[in-house]
Amino acid sequence: MEVVKEILEKQQKDLEKYKPITVEKHLDCRIDVGTLLITDPNDLDEGLLKENKEEYLKDITRDNLQLLINEIWTLPTERVEESIVAVLPLPTTSLPRSRKIPGPKVMTKWEKFAKEKGIQKKKKDKKVFDETLDKWVPTYGFKRADAEKQKEWVLEVPKNVNPMEDMFQKKIDLRQEKVAKNEIQRMKNIVRAKRQETPRAGYLGPEAASSTQLLTAATIAKASTASVGKFQAKIAKEKQARGIGVKELIPGSKRKASHLSTVPEKEANLDLIRSVLHKKPKIDVDKAVSLQKKESRLEREAMEDGGQRKKKGGKGGKKGGSGGFKKSKGGKKPKGGMGQRAPGKKNAIGRKRR
Amino acid sequence: MKRLSDDRAKILFEKLSKFVGPNVKQLIDRPDGTYCFREHRDRVYYVSEKILKMAETFGPDRLICVGTCFGKFSKTNKLKFHITALNYLAPYAQYKVWVKQSFEQQYLYGNHIPKSGLGRITENCPQYQGVVVYSMSDLPLGFGVTARSTMDCKMADPLANVCFHQSDIGEYIRSEDTLF
Repeated sequence: MEVVKEILEKQQKDLEKYKPITVEKHLDCRIDVGTLLITDPNDLDEGLLKENKEEYLKDITRDNLQLLINEIWTLPTERVEESIVAVLPLPTTSLPRSRKIPGPKVMTKWEKFAKEKGIQKKKKDKKVFDETLDKWVPTYGFKRADAEKQKEWVLEVPKNVNPMEDMFQKKIDLRQEKVAKNEIQRMKNIVRAKRQETPRAGYLGPEAASSTQLLTAATIAKASTASVGKFQAKIAKEKQARGIGVKELIPGSKRKASHLSTVPEKEANLDLIRSVLHKKPKIDVDKAVSLQKKESRLEREAMEDGGQRKKKGGKGGKKGGSGGFKKSKGGKKPKGGMGQRAPGKKNAIGRKRR
Repeated sequence: MKRLSDDRAKILFEKLSKFVGPNVKQLIDRPDGTYCFREHRDRVYYVSEKILKMAETFGPDRLICVGTCFGKFSKTNKLKFHITALNYLAPYAQYKVWVKQSFEQQYLYGNHIPKSGLGRITENCPQYQGVVVYSMSDLPLGFGVTARSTMDCKMADPLANVCFHQSDIGEYIRSEDTLF
């Protein structure tokens, strides 16, 4: 009897070492057995947390784990090779994805066309009965090429074709061409699918960007100042980027220009009119200088001409008042480069005049 | 409906001043209320503020036309006047050209004016000056640009063009659907 008592006492002592399996919580914990997850909505005790943080958190964790284990024990269990096993139910907590959900697959050009036209894919039989070979022949794959070879062991040479041409080789070439074409189409489809993901805004670099993209980038850059590009200098013949959705990318362009503004429209317009009416033609200095030079040169020539004639003692010194230089068109031999000169070309003909 | 941007307004006033000179001011500075220019679908409209305020209640996609259409901006940002602008060009025009009775119909079909069709022309009219074209009974028929100055006209041969046609009132019928 004493032995039994001793054992019972020992067990009692052992049990005292452990905490009870029942846990009291102020608020119920949410338990998802499928993912072995327990969420504790109870507040932490600030005082205990400051006093002994590690111990306190460990205690809470033990209690919560106990709850989870209790929950698992409520599931039906079985014994498999000396161990007790329970089947977990499906998880109820939905975990967030680490990556975004992939979008729908981009349709190839043919798929798009077929969908538009309502063309449906027909499933081909794996084998068809060939009457010339008198047996079932696979439509594709293993032994199809072999069957083809048996069927077309001889090929007719049409009349309009060079009789020395290898018809078998021609057939192979034709097939290879088809394969190559299909490959190109496949590549094109990939490019088409990829292109949808290229960014619309931003600068792609001089090699990659199209002219419209460059124009958009320039316009956006110009409007990206604190004053939405109002004080940015204008380039001659500057173009504003446009197109579908481009306006949304340009800062400030969404603002509607109302009839109400800081400067009254009438005054602004009158100012503009004044500037238009008093606009003076711009002086092209280079052109003016060249004109002046030409004039003085002609004058000098006329003078020279007159002097020469006087020396010769010619009859017609000055005839009428039509100006001296017209006379040089008289009997004198033509001088090089008197007429219109090709711009940018150095005048090699004729005497150099200063 | 939006206000003309600064460069477009400048283009408009430059064009207007080609025809009416300093009288442009009178289009803006009117005693009978405020008038202003508005842009809608690349077209320039001349509207009184009273009507404009009423028109602004309509969305841009519902609105067809407000006030008087002066012209249209091309894709290269050049302004082309429509014949509807004649109402405002004719009273203020500085330089005028009158066409002979016999040439009136030809002009209204869109032909340039040769010297043989010219009835009268304002004195001292320079070359390439915007002019309003009148019939001999002083009815404005359209507008154009002089091909020669008044002095040159006297010397020109009868078939030489004196005035280039830009617009005429025949367009009210010919290009009815694109005018407004």
